[in-house]
Amino acid sequence: MSTSTEAKFERHEHDVLVIGAGGAGLRAAIEASAEGASVGVVCKSLLGKAHTVMAEGGVAAALGYVEPKDNWKVHFRDTMKGGRYLNQWRMAQLHAMEAPDRVKELEAWGALFDRTADGRILQRNFGGHKYPRLAHVGDRTGLEMIRTLQQHGIHSGMTVYMELTVTRLLVEPASSGRPARIRGAFGYWRESGRFVVFLAKSIVLATGGIGRAFRINSNSWECTGDGQALAYLAGAELMDMEFMQFHPTGMVWPPSVRGTLITEGVRGEGGTLRNKDGKRIMFDYIPELYANETANAEPEADQWLRESTSGVSSKARRTPDLLPRDIVARAIHSEVKAGRGSPHGGVFLDIHSRRSAEDIKRKLPAMYHQFKELGDVDITKEPMEVGPTAHYTMGGIRVDPDTQQSRVEGLFAAGECAAGMHGANRLGGNSLSDLLVFGRISGLHAAKYAKGREAPSLDVGEIEAAEREVLAPFERDEGPNPFLLHDDLKDKMHTYVGIIRSEDDLTRGLEHIARIGEATARVKVDGNRHYNAAFHQAFDMRNMLIVSEAMARAARARKESRGGHAREDFPEMDKGHFSKVNIVARWTASGMEIAEATLPDVPAEIKTVLEEG
Amino acid sequence: MANRTVHLPVAPLEPLGGTLRKDNWWAGPAATILVLSAFIVYATWRAFEGSAYQWGAYLSPFYSPLLDVGWARKTGLAFLTPAMLILPGPASFRFTCYYYRKAYYRAFAWDPPACGVGERAPHRYNGETKLFVFQNLHRYAMYVAVVFLVILWKDALVAVFGWSDGAHVGLGTLVMLTNVVLLSGYTLGCHSFRHLIGGSVNAYSSAALGALRFRLWKLVTVLNERHMQFAWASLFSVALTDLYIRMVASGILTDVRIL
Amino acid sequence: MDNGNAGTASKTAKLRVFRGDASGGKLEPYEVETYPGMVVLDAIHDIQAKQEPTMAVRWNCKAGRCGSCSAEINGKPRLMCMTRMSHYAEGEPITVTPMRAFPIIRDLVTDVSHNFEMAKKIPPFTPRPRDADGTWRMKQEDIDRIQEFRKCIECFLCQDVCHVIRDHRKDTFAGPRFLIQLATLDMHPLDTLDRRELVKDEFGIGYCNITRCCTEVCPEGIRITDNGIIPLKERVADQYFDPIRWIASKVSGEEKKPKAKLRVLPPDPRPTDVPAGGKDRR
Repeated sequence: MSTSTEAKFERHEHDVLVIGAGGAGLRAAIEASAEGASVGVVCKSLLGKAHTVMAEGGVAAALGYVEPKDNWKVHFRDTMKGGRYLNQWRMAQLHAMEAPDRVKELEAWGALFDRTADGRILQRNFGGHKYPRLAHVGDRTGLEMIRTLQQHGIHSGMTVYMELTVTRLLVEPASSGRPARIRGAFGYWRESGRFVVFLAKSIVLATGGIGRAFRINSNSWECTGDGQALAYLAGAELMDMEFMQFHPTGMVWPPSVRGTLITEGVRGEGGTLRNKDGKRIMFDYIPELYANETANAEPEADQWLRESTSGVSSKARRTPDLLPRDIVARAIHSEVKAGRGSPHGGVFLDIHSRRSAEDIKRKLPAMYHQFKELGDVDITKEPMEVGPTAHYTMGGIRVDPDTQQSRVEGLFAAGECAAGMHGANRLGGNSLSDLLVFGRISGLHAAKYAKGREAPSLDVGEIEAAEREVLAPFERDEGPNPFLLHDDLKDKMHTYVGIIRSEDDLTRGLEHIARIGEATARVKVDGNRHYNAAFHQAFDMRNMLIVSEAMARAARARKESRGGHAREDFPEMDKGHFSKVNIVARWTASGMEIAEATLPDVPAEIKTVLEEG
Repeated sequence: MANRTVHLPVAPLEPLGGTLRKDNWWAGPAATILVLSAFIVYATWRAFEGSAYQWGAYLSPFYSPLLDVGWARKTGLAFLTPAMLILPGPASFRFTCYYYRKAYYRAFAWDPPACGVGERAPHRYNGETKLFVFQNLHRYAMYVAVVFLVILWKDALVAVFGWSDGAHVGLGTLVMLTNVVLLSGYTLGCHSFRHLIGGSVNAYSSAALGALRFRLWKLVTVLNERHMQFAWASLFSVALTDLYIRMVASGILTDVRIL
Repeated sequence: MDNGNAGTASKTAKLRVFRGDASGGKLEPYEVETYPGMVVLDAIHDIQAKQEPTMAVRWNCKAGRCGSCSAEINGKPRLMCMTRMSHYAEGEPITVTPMRAFPIIRDLVTDVSHNFEMAKKIPPFTPRPRDADGTWRMKQEDIDRIQEFRKCIECFLCQDVCHVIRDHRKDTFAGPRFLIQLATLDMHPLDTLDRRELVKDEFGIGYCNITRCCTEVCPEGIRITDNGIIPLKERVADQYFDPIRWIASKVSGEEKKPKAKLRVLPPDPRPTDVPAGGKDRR
């Protein structure tokens, strides 16, 4: 670096830089620190506020404490089936095998899960999981997890950079047969706007999801696809971007809280979905894939619920209210479309008639509180009104299953921003275990990669280009307001790339994305960089536009319906071509390129495990 | 000490009562001042009065246990009444009580007057580390209060059975019973009592008598959650019981016999 | 749902919001259109999107889970996302100011790093070895009490309202948030360290005069004072203020936990406020 650049930028050096301090980021940082690496953790907001706190129902791990028949193989099968077999089998396998240890480890760090009568970790039922499998703490499991990781993490030697936004990854370009290699990151303190240059031998991206690109979503402001966009711009590939999970139960009324999550735990504790006529809707929407294991009438479903919530292993088949999320979300969508919805365009979720007021308050305290305070609804006396809300992206950065490394050397990804683990649809509870398992693996391999490697050298031109990009919105004399552009994008994504898609809609959606992208390039920001909300929003827009485009393009390329991707014009799940490929998006100088990648072969012994079920 | 906190607050201090609150935040402290002052005045007057504390089997809680002060009279301490000897017991319990501390630190010391309301001009504040460090001995006052509670239960039973003509329930009996019930709710809901009974246990499932202590702790917790209500209700009931007995004993009222 | 379709006719609400930074500021008046269920954070966002794009406010989940949007509304510390506009009388302006116990950064955003530094001083959880079968057996009744404290979302409203921090600025006082964390550790069935000396000397529990403002403002309804701080005071008293207990413990030779030591870790980096050229803070 030249001396002027040297003086201009604050500089920090780490072996491993973790971007994102949710569950995956913290777990990665803890592991990398334990490996002896010097670790920096960057978070866009304060430590411990990441979207992981919103996870409610629990963390899926085949501990077998409640149902001794459970083991990793069953969990693996459930995960693959839930993902409609588009998962990277190796990731699903590692996840199912390692999740129990990761959960037990949290206990060693102070986590307090609810207990069974014999004093072990209690597990609850959840959609798509054959046995009660979710270790939980009432309906605030994510908070317990992030607080545990945070309190353990701050004592493990990591350096935390709070309220710092990374705008670019710094990459040593590929040369003479050697692939591109990570060397650092460029960003700014949100408080002062002052620029920061990080030198890092390896980087773990753990930035979470992209829910803020949709009008009705359950995500916090941070979920703007930063990691996906940063990796994409740095040359990594995005995969499975067409698969967006709409959680079936978000609040629909009042407008202020539209989309706010209602945990699947409500149904896990016995809640049922009904239409305006009081009819339980889910019996009409049982797909063939789940027909054998799902109750097709109320008495059997109720018997299963009664027995499995009281710790008896039930011989009855599972209630359809706990089918995987994509199925339930589309069922609600269909009911509303057919005119059988609730007054505000959802359906009813009823727990008050199924459990005592005392049980509801003890098992679902946050839900009780949330409806009471924000919705004027007492859920111990009245049903809730619920509807689908954009919740989770199965897609993300394409990584190697065993190391979580992307195709850029030294660039790792874990958690929601990485792809492959969940296939076409994620099962509830599998994200918290995903964070732990792959957070650890990415941290471990990032530290190993950094070990013995020399500190990277920086390129002044690259940094100055990054600086110009950040300052540009201040240089313009006039331009559109980034907040209004964001509103526009959310609307268009919901309309054209939403829960049910079609060729025409996706094409129109892409036109809008291009139009909004063009306007975003002209954004003007007033004032200075001192904690300037409009300035922050301008960069979130860049990232959301990249992931939105990838999502729409990938959705147009997949001509079938599967999991979190439903096409009106191709309503069936393809048993041929599309069951064997993942859609991949990558950056080229001329724009986004879409390609297909063949799913890796499943080895014989894993095939046996899949067929046992 | 190294590693002290570095980021100090910068907003200017608010003057006493300075706040953006729009509700009647002063009502609570004002009521506390009024009620506590009235009680202290009444109790002091009654302690000095030294008469009209007994009628039939009724005995005023201000004078129970009824100690003989004849010796004091002989040594020239003529002003001494039995109440003066015993009142410091319950008074110390209430003075060091975890609820009353809140009430009077707010109302009398304005530390703070109410939540989010400015205190008096900058002053030295040591909380309960220096002058008030004795508050940590609340448990000893609690032991004394438990002894008094036993005595007052005995008094209440005497007010039923202690009559020359056999068992007897009058309005005064009910007043005394109500009083001792409220006092029990207050005393047994004490934070120190809660700690003693089970609060100090970390693992009920493995501690000696753990299951029992957990159950007792849960019961005490129910009372503890209503400690404020019991504190005020029992304060009123003590004063009113004394007042009732005083009026009956001095002939202003006639006790109504119920049974 | 009493507000079913009512209230769709738009009404306006008045707000007064603090705008400024460490060099000064004032309450600026705004008007916003209200809609059913609107919370104060919605109003602030509305102002930000349509009137003042530079308005600084910290928020994340907008569902009362993350504890980011702490501020003072009509002088009371509250989460903006959990405070309904309809809570206040129509026509009366609603005053929104930043937490006053912490240094202001800008508008409604304050520097709460003090809390994160305090957290680092607390000796971490140190469990006993696992049981023979690799689990740790604990009954629900053993942990009910501390699960209440673990509900804490670290909004720091309790720290803001506590007069020991707000008015007396004691830098050797952990504050309610961290006293309940210390209580959690002290009551944890698996923990093996004795932090009571630190609680008394370094975390200043004696400064707490149990006036319960922390409990009043806690958005999670944690009974901070009665269930956390007072039991902790009693535990400290067992060890340091109760002669009988002290003698009894000497005589009975009860098992002693090793004493924990204060953690000394370097502070996390913070932005310096020296401008670095360009259009940094002016």
